Amino acid sequence: MSTAQKFEANPELVARFPEIHPPLDQVSALTEANRCLYCFDAPCMAACPTHIDVPRFIKKIAQGNLRGSALTILDANILGASCARVCPVDVLCEGACVFHRYNSQPIEIGRLQRHAMDAFWQDGAELERKAAAERPGCVACIGAGPASLSFAAEMRMQGFRVTVFERKPLPGGLNTYGVAEYKLRSSDSLREIELVRSLGVEFRFGQDAASEAALTQLEKDWEFIFLGIGLGRMRELDIPGGKHPGVVDALKFIEGYKTGGLLEVGGHVVVVGAGNTAIDAARAALRLGAESVRMLYRRGESSMSAFSFEYEQAKQEGVLFHWWTQPVGIVAKENSPKLDAIECVRTEPDSNGGLRSNAESRFAILCDMVIPAIGQLPLLEFLRSCRGVKVDGGRVIVDRATGQTSNPKYFAGGDCVNGGREVVDAVADGKRTALAVAKLLEKLHG
Amino acid sequence: MVEKNFTPDLSVKFAGKIYSPNPFWLASAPPTNCGEQVMRAFDAGWGGAVWKTLGDPIVNVSSRYSSVDWNGQRMMGLNNIELITDRPLEVNLREISEVKKRYPKRAVIASLMVESKREAWHKIVQQTEDAGADGLELNFGCPHGMSERGMGSAVGQVPEYTEMITAWVKEKARTPVLVKLTPNISDIRVVARAAKRGGADGLSAINTINSITGIDLDTLIPRPNVDGKSSHGGYCGPAVKPIALNMVHQVQGDPDASLPLSGIGGISDWRGAAEFLLLGCSNVQVCTAVMHYGYRIVEDMTDGLANWMREKGFAAIADFQGKSLERVQEWKHLNLNYKIVARIREEKCIGCELCYTACWDGAHQCIHLDRVATNGGAHMTPAMREAISKQSIAMTPIPKLDQAAAANCEEPYATPLARIPRVDMDECVGCNLCALVCPVEGCITMDEVETGLAAQSWAQRMGDVSNPARKCD
Repeated sequence: MSTAQKFEANPELVARFPEIHPPLDQVSALTEANRCLYCFDAPCMAACPTHIDVPRFIKKIAQGNLRGSALTILDANILGASCARVCPVDVLCEGACVFHRYNSQPIEIGRLQRHAMDAFWQDGAELERKAAAERPGCVACIGAGPASLSFAAEMRMQGFRVTVFERKPLPGGLNTYGVAEYKLRSSDSLREIELVRSLGVEFRFGQDAASEAALTQLEKDWEFIFLGIGLGRMRELDIPGGKHPGVVDALKFIEGYKTGGLLEVGGHVVVVGAGNTAIDAARAALRLGAESVRMLYRRGESSMSAFSFEYEQAKQEGVLFHWWTQPVGIVAKENSPKLDAIECVRTEPDSNGGLRSNAESRFAILCDMVIPAIGQLPLLEFLRSCRGVKVDGGRVIVDRATGQTSNPKYFAGGDCVNGGREVVDAVADGKRTALAVAKLLEKLHG
Repeated sequence: MVEKNFTPDLSVKFAGKIYSPNPFWLASAPPTNCGEQVMRAFDAGWGGAVWKTLGDPIVNVSSRYSSVDWNGQRMMGLNNIELITDRPLEVNLREISEVKKRYPKRAVIASLMVESKREAWHKIVQQTEDAGADGLELNFGCPHGMSERGMGSAVGQVPEYTEMITAWVKEKARTPVLVKLTPNISDIRVVARAAKRGGADGLSAINTINSITGIDLDTLIPRPNVDGKSSHGGYCGPAVKPIALNMVHQVQGDPDASLPLSGIGGISDWRGAAEFLLLGCSNVQVCTAVMHYGYRIVEDMTDGLANWMREKGFAAIADFQGKSLERVQEWKHLNLNYKIVARIREEKCIGCELCYTACWDGAHQCIHLDRVATNGGAHMTPAMREAISKQSIAMTPIPKLDQAAAANCEEPYATPLARIPRVDMDECVGCNLCALVCPVEGCITMDEVETGLAAQSWAQRMGDVSNPARKCD
């Protein structure tokens, strides 16, 4: 794929997935920027995992210094453009805005950030490097998702050599393959990664580092290794018929339509699970033409792990929710790509906070496709081959301030450490770790 | 208990002679350019109008105004390089007659500016009074264009000229003569005294202030752009109100200058009007606010002023005219033993910390963020505070992953205690800055602290009793 093609959004996708947060026009951005109080030591900045100096970049928008605004954002968060689109701002910066306590709408920080970043792209996206001088020291990143990109960008800014190994053909991890298209287009994710590449980060695609031999080689060639491997495949629906081709897990489903492979969903769709990824899949299915989309969750509304604004938006778009419902089997004709139904039972809470299912209550929901979205598994096998890297509950154990694992050669950040949070958390981990690794390299090389 | 069941009388008799049903006159400017406009203004409720300055015909340039916007608000200040009327004198005179005939109870004042010749002034005075003007306003204030030709502020900046021309006009005039003062002078009282010596019946102040509003940073051409060049213009609008109020006070506080005064300068609502009247003006003139929003704004000016007067128990304008004049004194007569300190209402604080940074960088370092121990103590500088925040590790809260952290500790106020600043009452000098920057109404108040000391001014302390503070009731 040529570079130009990569940044060209698929017109059919664009038509089916209009942006849910359209850009602010010039006047609205100025008005909104002027509304900002310019708090000192602002709560929005503290709430942002990457601590973007929000009042500062907003003030710069108000004063017509858009380049300065974008550089303020990028200084803290190299993926500031995608974060502006995908961050759950309601629970981060905008959720912390002091205006909540002043009978006022919070400042639209996310859209203002996008406004500054859009101007930066339009202006040619030139980034100045902090330290022009190359310094001795080289590091490798495994995985080209947000954590690695952030780590690699900061290492380059500091003048160290970085190579990113990625098993997929495109960089970006979930930013490219897994974020709902109405929030962030793959083409925009790839354009943003060009910025990282422009700093001198080397990418090697189609390189699976997940073998002991590969890791041994990496350890030999590179001084430190950053694990930005994210999480593994999704949990399968462990019920009869769960492996039928009409059962497609949410990440595969999302990747499928984002890469242009699956642009038509007909009939009735059932999504299993009630997390943010489940909602992303459900809303995508609607946009791809599903006649109906139902979400099944074995617990009640109050236990759903999706952000409440995601839930509200999904409801408004017409997604139907079945609470206290557990799938127990898939019904399908042999050799048919489509399903007939999903069989379920009712559940109820038991006295120890667990669940009890009622076998008597068995019922079927007619459907053509089932999308399980019941969480990603950690890459345990891979992590076992990184000798000495301790893992607890599927998460890599690190020193929070430095990102260093129990094997001093390895550092880690992002979903493999935090269990699956947001892009901005991965970026924060990557940058924090890079600053620590840079210090170590400085010490080593004098 | 103030009696509130009455209809305040807003009418004014300027200099004892010029009646208008309310104190709101349109200033001599584009809104009073022609009879059709003035009649529409009167229909909207304006009490009087000072006609766009009459004189010998001129030619204007295209591109005449420019403005200063601030923080997303349009026209905090307006600047113009327009000259006096560009319509033939006989047309203006005919329209003045027509307006007076149709609106006999509204004040129509003719603003005048002609070359500095006795005959020229005599002639125009005769013509405008014959047309029916209720009074004359001598434009000695226009700071641009006309001043280059020896008129406008070129007269108003020389006390001798001001006195001489005022006297010429008074030789002829049968109606009250107001002299409009320019602020573009180091001491406005000197010219006001000259006008008084010349026999003026009243004054108008202030005219516009010399200004360049700004420069287009793409073309590098200052505004307003007249084919690549600009010229200084007259500044007006809300931005100039404080300057105008001070000059009004200067004139009205000086017995040798004080005359019935028509207050002008950035008045855009009834509040501004009340302030000018409180400093001794007999009425007020408005221009920029009308240029911005139209004649209709006078409705709330009269309504708001009447409601305030009712609230305060003022039956007529004269009941409060000049009431604040003596509250402005020379600094040396202020009480050195008066002490106020800032008090933050924790329940209203939204945690923006603007008071903290303002006090540290712009005042006296006596507001601290030390209500909780983890904040690091009282004398942390703003930079130290920021550094701590940047070191903190924040994560997106995910309900599924953060069940343990969900149980938050109890906070006494809506804003976390750590973000509510504390005032060190002993160190606070009572400068007001924190209360001024606080975005929340009533959150920071400046409360008086009993010092136990008798009032003492600098003059009293230094034994200067030559000019004792005038008593305030």
